[in-house]
Amino acid sequence: MIIGLDVGGTHTDAVLLDCRGVVERAKVSTDETDLFRSVLAGLDLILEGTDPGCITRIVLSTTLTTNAIVRNRVEPVGMIVCSGPGLDPEVHRTGPDYHVVAGAIDHRGREIQPVDPDEIVAIAAGFRERGIRQVAVVGKFSCRNPAHEVRIAELVEPYVERVFMGHRTSGHLSFPRRIATTFLNASVYPIHRAFFEAVGGALREKGLSAPVHIMKADGGTMSLEASIDAPGQTVLSGPAASIMGAIPAAPAEEDVVVLDIGGTTTDIAILVGGVPLLQPVGIAFGRFKTLIRSLQTSSIGIGGDSHIQVSDGQLAIGPDRCGPPRAFGGPEVTPTDAFVTLGELNAGDAARATAGVTEIGERLGLDEHAAAQTLIETACDRILAAVDEMVEQVNAQPVYTIHEMLDGYRIRPTRLLVLGGPAEHFAPYLAARSSMKVSLVPDWGVANAIGAAMARTTCEVSLVADTERGLVSVSNSDAQWRCDRHYTRVDALRQASEALRNLAIESGADDEDMDLELTEDIQFNIVNGFSTTGRNIRVSLQIKPGLIHGYRLPGSASSRLFRSEGC
Amino acid sequence: MLKAPRKTGLVFFPAFDWAISPTHPEREERLLYTQDQVFEEGILDIEGIVELRPELATIEDVQRVHFCVPDVESAMTESHFISAGGAMTIGRAVLDGEIERGFALVRPPGHHAMRMVRGGRGFCQVNNEAIMIEALRQRYGIRKVAIIDTDCHHGDGTQDIYWHDPDTLFISLHQDGRTLYPGLGFPEEQGGPNALGTTINIPLPPNTSDAGYLEIVRDTVLPILEEFEPELIVNSAGQDNHYSDPLTNMNFTAQGYAELTRLLKPHIAVLEGGYSIEGALPYVNMGIILSMAGVDYSHVIEPDLCPESIAQPPEVTDYVRRLGEITRRNWNERHDRRAALRANGQTILRRSRQVQYDTSGILERQEEAIRLCDDCGGALRIESVTDQGVPVLAIHIPPHACDACRQTGRDWFEQGKTGDFEQVFLQDRPNDRFEVA
Ligand SMILES: [Zn+2]
Ligand SMILES: [Zn+2]
Repeated sequence: MIIGLDVGGTHTDAVLLDCRGVVERAKVSTDETDLFRSVLAGLDLILEGTDPGCITRIVLSTTLTTNAIVRNRVEPVGMIVCSGPGLDPEVHRTGPDYHVVAGAIDHRGREIQPVDPDEIVAIAAGFRERGIRQVAVVGKFSCRNPAHEVRIAELVEPYVERVFMGHRTSGHLSFPRRIATTFLNASVYPIHRAFFEAVGGALREKGLSAPVHIMKADGGTMSLEASIDAPGQTVLSGPAASIMGAIPAAPAEEDVVVLDIGGTTTDIAILVGGVPLLQPVGIAFGRFKTLIRSLQTSSIGIGGDSHIQVSDGQLAIGPDRCGPPRAFGGPEVTPTDAFVTLGELNAGDAARATAGVTEIGERLGLDEHAAAQTLIETACDRILAAVDEMVEQVNAQPVYTIHEMLDGYRIRPTRLLVLGGPAEHFAPYLAARSSMKVSLVPDWGVANAIGAAMARTTCEVSLVADTERGLVSVSNSDAQWRCDRHYTRVDALRQASEALRNLAIESGADDEDMDLELTEDIQFNIVNGFSTTGRNIRVSLQIKPGLIHGYRLPGSASSRLFRSEGC
Repeated sequence: MLKAPRKTGLVFFPAFDWAISPTHPEREERLLYTQDQVFEEGILDIEGIVELRPELATIEDVQRVHFCVPDVESAMTESHFISAGGAMTIGRAVLDGEIERGFALVRPPGHHAMRMVRGGRGFCQVNNEAIMIEALRQRYGIRKVAIIDTDCHHGDGTQDIYWHDPDTLFISLHQDGRTLYPGLGFPEEQGGPNALGTTINIPLPPNTSDAGYLEIVRDTVLPILEEFEPELIVNSAGQDNHYSDPLTNMNFTAQGYAELTRLLKPHIAVLEGGYSIEGALPYVNMGIILSMAGVDYSHVIEPDLCPESIAQPPEVTDYVRRLGEITRRNWNERHDRRAALRANGQTILRRSRQVQYDTSGILERQEEAIRLCDDCGGALRIESVTDQGVPVLAIHIPPHACDACRQTGRDWFEQGKTGDFEQVFLQDRPNDRFEVA
């Protein structure tokens, strides 16, 4: 049996699954000040009466690192940056301890300026004096040649607790994002490590010896051990868990939009052939643009508890939430109050909800029934417009070859899959106002926890071979090795799949869940003076987000379908 | 978070699957390292810099500019439609106010493609800038456009297309044609009789550095631009003036290109040549993009730059200065020269010439006739035959043609139908129509 647990902003959801489906489900309030307690409370509830020895896998998703970054409760980080020509490296400054040092690598991984060890040692000594324990080292083009980062890390290590290197984050090019990602890893490292070591210990005390995996923003998982080296990967894992939870209900042959409707926001994601779309580069999170792989989501500030106002005779919904809905003693009218007013939701104080909706109605010249409907319809229209906008944006993403340009797949979603707290109430209205089929994800209330439980390990490697220089480098690794003139794309593919497999196993993957997918496959002649002197071969492979084998869940056939009246 | 003072659009279309031949300078790899540098610098994450997906130019867009023999489809591959479309995408975004400036980093290039297309010239099939400009004129009603061609090779294709157009100021700065392909672009080439002076050629001597280049731009190009008052400034941004370019002999740097862009303030830049794909393009393109967007470019310096070794010799400085004087004098005397051409009462002016399609190995002979007109660019008639035969007749009626020129153009077209031509074309710009007989 496996466990999925998702600590969200308001609720913590947990499920226990066996090969036939969900056995136990639990929902408890999240204690934002003590996430550890929320995790254990959720686990205790679903484990009641189950032998801990039967549990073979535990996946956790928490808001720990997200909150730490948002609330700036992170440790100071010492940053060492090698830039070389380009933008002024000062524009990427991460904080007071940001040091631009000698050393530069070019686009082919050649050294154009050496590192100065004395300079590094002096900076490292300063870190120790100022009590800085986490250091991030990032070089421009370090994913083409990690030598400078490795050298600097060696020099700094004796002076601090932990050094993070930029080339270990991703094979994608983007020096500023590499800086931000490495900085995030270093800054959330202490809190992440302390938390999950404590969680690991508590689980063992309960007799749970199953491997523990942590949810990532790309809808995949990594082992607890691997997460200590890349804690930044765990930010914004909650929305990803929900989207993964919708996959069992998604017909593989359709393009599907997933709507995760929450209290204050609705997250939108797209599934093509049952696989969620990934961000082209990485997640953007507050002031940080990163190389952290993530699902491509778009968020709109409308949810069940969004604050509703009337200004100049126009309805305005969200993006703020001013406490709970009126029906639950809150100050402002919300879509939830509209559902209560219409009798579609039996909860809270119906009289308070109706009174609130009536006030809105008076300012619109509508009775409370019409006002409630208008209000919900307006919210749905805004959500649907955001869906259209996202689809358009995805279809407009630039491409770089003639083949891609002419054969570019255009997404045409035909179905909306809805989940989240108020999903059930929104679904019929969305169906009436959209040309897409609308269905509710089974177990929509805990789909996030199901998604976490069933998400497989994801990872990615990029390999660049430069046969003129006779060098192969692979992302997320310090290794570079020699190759000769006869090295081909086939060799590159073989070595890249080997590297990906190793990385996947290190990250806790199961052999049977390794669907390798080629995401980049190009090669160029390197020409000097009108003759070919080598080849530049680039391949990237990934294990894309998906569900582990062996656990069956009610699929699309059993999801509730809402029809618009016209059909 | 870095923010660009000027909203700048980029179309990036490196055409990673298109080459003339595997080791040709115009091959797949050309923009590879530029793309690496642009991605690694995080240029597309700078607030105010947006990447736009190129549209496909249509056959109609091409026919507004070119006479392709026998037809557009056989002259162009998909990549040409995308490359021209990429320039159009930037142009539209500028005129729609979506961006202030934009740079189309596209290949294949286009500035050697002339009005008549009977094959490939200097790695070019069709003229990306001209296709864009004529699409913008048609769609937005703009009229006066300036094109500054800063590719190291003379922009003979663009010059040919706008030779008779008084509404287009074409200025080409390039390495002297006596030392480089295509061997044209001398100060005496100043445009046809109806547009004399609006074609300006500035052939710079080999070994011109940033100093000479920027001086002539400041002292000569900018004052002329100011006087012409264009609604739109287009830069044919070739990057082969770079000191490391394998095909040329100039000494321009990335800083020089960035500074040049700062001075010219082009609304639209379209990539042309530049074949030092590792040593120059990544840095030059960075310099141009940052300069367009108004972002500090002072750290964009080639790793192998050695300023002493590319210092400009004093005789080059003197030569460039004299060239500036000649150029300014020609510009100031343009009205007198135009009048002089009309002194003998001729109504039609003819010229005959040969055009080499080096990329395709074709030689063409043209007999051109232009109606002398003070009211418009003048009706244009081109008889063309190649060394493989196939005579064709092409008639161009310019966008703002006067009634007399429209009539002349129509008459030529009708007469041509009975002549000894395999095809007769009419480019009727006032009606935005293209006819083939
Ligand atoms: Zn050129
Ligand atoms: Zn006329």
